[in-house]
Amino acid sequence: MNRILALALAGALAASTAEAKDTLSLGMVLEPPHLDPTAGAAAAIREVTYANLYEGLVRIDAEGKVRPALAASWSVSPDGLTYTFRLHRNVTFQDGSPFDCSTVAFSYGRALTPDSVNAQKGLFEPIRSVTCPDPHTAVVELKRPTASFLFGMGWGDAVMVSPRSIAADKTHPIGTGPFRFVRWVRGDHIVLERWPGYWGKKPALKEITFRFITDPNAAATAMLSGALDAFPNFPAPEVLARLRADAKLRVVVGTTEGKTVLALNEAKKPFDDIRVRRALAMAIDRKGLIEAAMSGYGVPIGSHYVPTDPGYVDLTGVYPYDPARARALLAEAGVRPGTQIAITLPPPAYARRGGEVIAAYLAQVGITAKLVPVEWAQWLDTVFAHGDYDATVISHTEPRDLDIYARRHYYFHYHSAAYRALWEQYQRTTDPKQADVLLGELQRKLAHDEPNVFLFALPKLGVWNAKLHGLWHNSPIPANDVTGVSWGK
Amino acid sequence: MTRLLLRRGVGLALTLLAASLVVFVVLGVLPGDPASLMLGTAARADTLAALRHQLGLDQPAPLRYLLWLGGFLRGDLGLSFTYHVPVAGLIGARAAVTVPLAVLAIALSTLVAIPLGTLAASRRGRAADTVLMAASQLGMAAPNFWLGFLLILLFSMQLGWLPGGGFPGWNHGAWAALKALLLPAVALALPQAAILARVTRAAVLETLDQDYVRTALAKGLSETAALWRHALPNALVAVVTVLGLQFGYLLAGTVIIENTFALPGLGRLLFQAVTQRDLPVVQDLVVLLAGSVVVVNFAVDVLYVWLDPRLAGGERR
Repeated sequence: MNRILALALAGALAASTAEAKDTLSLGMVLEPPHLDPTAGAAAAIREVTYANLYEGLVRIDAEGKVRPALAASWSVSPDGLTYTFRLHRNVTFQDGSPFDCSTVAFSYGRALTPDSVNAQKGLFEPIRSVTCPDPHTAVVELKRPTASFLFGMGWGDAVMVSPRSIAADKTHPIGTGPFRFVRWVRGDHIVLERWPGYWGKKPALKEITFRFITDPNAAATAMLSGALDAFPNFPAPEVLARLRADAKLRVVVGTTEGKTVLALNEAKKPFDDIRVRRALAMAIDRKGLIEAAMSGYGVPIGSHYVPTDPGYVDLTGVYPYDPARARALLAEAGVRPGTQIAITLPPPAYARRGGEVIAAYLAQVGITAKLVPVEWAQWLDTVFAHGDYDATVISHTEPRDLDIYARRHYYFHYHSAAYRALWEQYQRTTDPKQADVLLGELQRKLAHDEPNVFLFALPKLGVWNAKLHGLWHNSPIPANDVTGVSWGK
Repeated sequence: MTRLLLRRGVGLALTLLAASLVVFVVLGVLPGDPASLMLGTAARADTLAALRHQLGLDQPAPLRYLLWLGGFLRGDLGLSFTYHVPVAGLIGARAAVTVPLAVLAIALSTLVAIPLGTLAASRRGRAADTVLMAASQLGMAAPNFWLGFLLILLFSMQLGWLPGGGFPGWNHGAWAALKALLLPAVALALPQAAILARVTRAAVLETLDQDYVRTALAKGLSETAALWRHALPNALVAVVTVLGLQFGYLLAGTVIIENTFALPGLGRLLFQAVTQRDLPVVQDLVVLLAGSVVVVNFAVDVLYVWLDPRLAGGERR
């Protein structure tokens, strides 16, 4: 009854004053464990805090480009070793503590200490020193040229934190961003509000509530009933049709950085044989897989790279769907029909459903796939940490992570000196054009060797009120940046 | 009565100790490292080691067990690995959802089941009995989450009377909070009520054949009066036994129902803590839940005595 009354009132108000709404209720599947992005990997931490609450020297925008944030501008020395950042003046943290070059030295230095728990400590590893010629200039010296350095400093893991508040940031986060923390009802929601002391452009919204709804049906209900204004990463593609049918809602399908692969354990037979890996790639129809497992949402990929990233090369045609050829390759490699492999499946629907479809495709070329569903903790332990698996369906969501194939110890055990050399050459490159060329080479090398079967880029399924403007369509990094969001007519 | 209390107290302590040991060992055997869950796939070995040290996971398991148990006994439930806040506060906030939900569900199932079960018994073999027992068969077979979805579809999506999920918090008024709990409570209560109604019917039927009921009828009491004043009170011992047993199932049911209705309760906290390997929260919660089941069973024993004073002498059964 109260709600009906409230709805009627809200309707009347909206009609009379045309536009007054300046709050946003935004749905997320997972609740963040805490709110310090410099001490934990959970994407949900960034989906609440990135750009809204914390800022770094640079930031990543909706298109995945590096933009100025707390650094108004920067220059890079010709040898690629010295980055000089000019910092904005009159910036303070939300608790009044100042931001200047000493904050930069503190924040970057903290990520590198022996007891650092920064989930992306590797991003900071190239840093030799941070020096402060004056309070508004930060000079970062690198040990070696690192092409991906600036992009990395735009991640949530590299935001600026104040020495005064860092100890409590997990539960009472203090950043330099336009929104400050208000309250957190654990298990239900987090509220941020516009902070009047923000140094930059004031956002249009006054208050944002992040609500945590795990169940896809409950999420759909909340969107249809108007209890939520937006669900930028909607969990269930199969429910989207229902939401599309509602004229009040807008469904936006974008891309993420999630490279979904059938990862193969090259330390095990028969996956050490390139013919077998190629056969598996040709046994799976990516389009059919996307149709069956993702309700048609998702873009095929032919290498460990998504179409929205710089230097992308379309390699989806390297191993076209060809079951006959796949069977021939398997026979050539001595893999007999009826051979059994186990595919480990983590909880997300793309993996569980994708695994079933893949098993059906593999059956057509004579491979019997045993599906092993596991929870995340188990996946991280058995597959990722101990490499104890045959194959697994997994989406690698870290942006531009071609480096994982250059690592000496990684769970798919791909070892290629040629690839490693290419990667090092790319990291040393300071010329953007040359960098793009090398990115293409890296993708081609992976497509050629097919260490994993590259399947599709995970879509970003966004649903929001048709009157909302400014939410990200794609997801170049995990974030719900609402600094540019506003209500229209 | 004192002996009963004493015996039960010792039983409670032993049960809790066993529960604490079992949950600690099971969590230790389960694959999954809390540190790598928190730091993800890009974490380096040194970062993982630093976090394990911070969490105290680098200590030997027996020492960790004793430290936790010692804290628990002193009333210090420790810090949640994931949330970094005291577990006691987390559990307290979630209990404010789950305890009212469980109470509401039990109240609903009792209020529905006992009168209907008694009614069915008094109309044995007639249409009302057949219909009620068929309905209870259905109620027992329906999983509570499925009922939950049906209820959401009807009362939230179609009619718009009640919220289909979420919890506004008690500070938004008791009415709003109760409205949020009503559908999940019904979903939890219906399967329980179905079982309870059958038990009530069977127990009442049994007492209806007893001499004292015949005597009551013989001295001129109406059938209804004999049923409600003599047969039902004597049947209640069996009903209370089942009610006590159902409490454990109810707690298990909240894990599912709280997920269906997106309620921030203990069940969802436990579910989430297990998937995130938030060891302190899982350990504390399991011991507390085990404790609550033991306490409820104790309360059932006390109720027996109250319902049937003959049992006070210790000559149960």
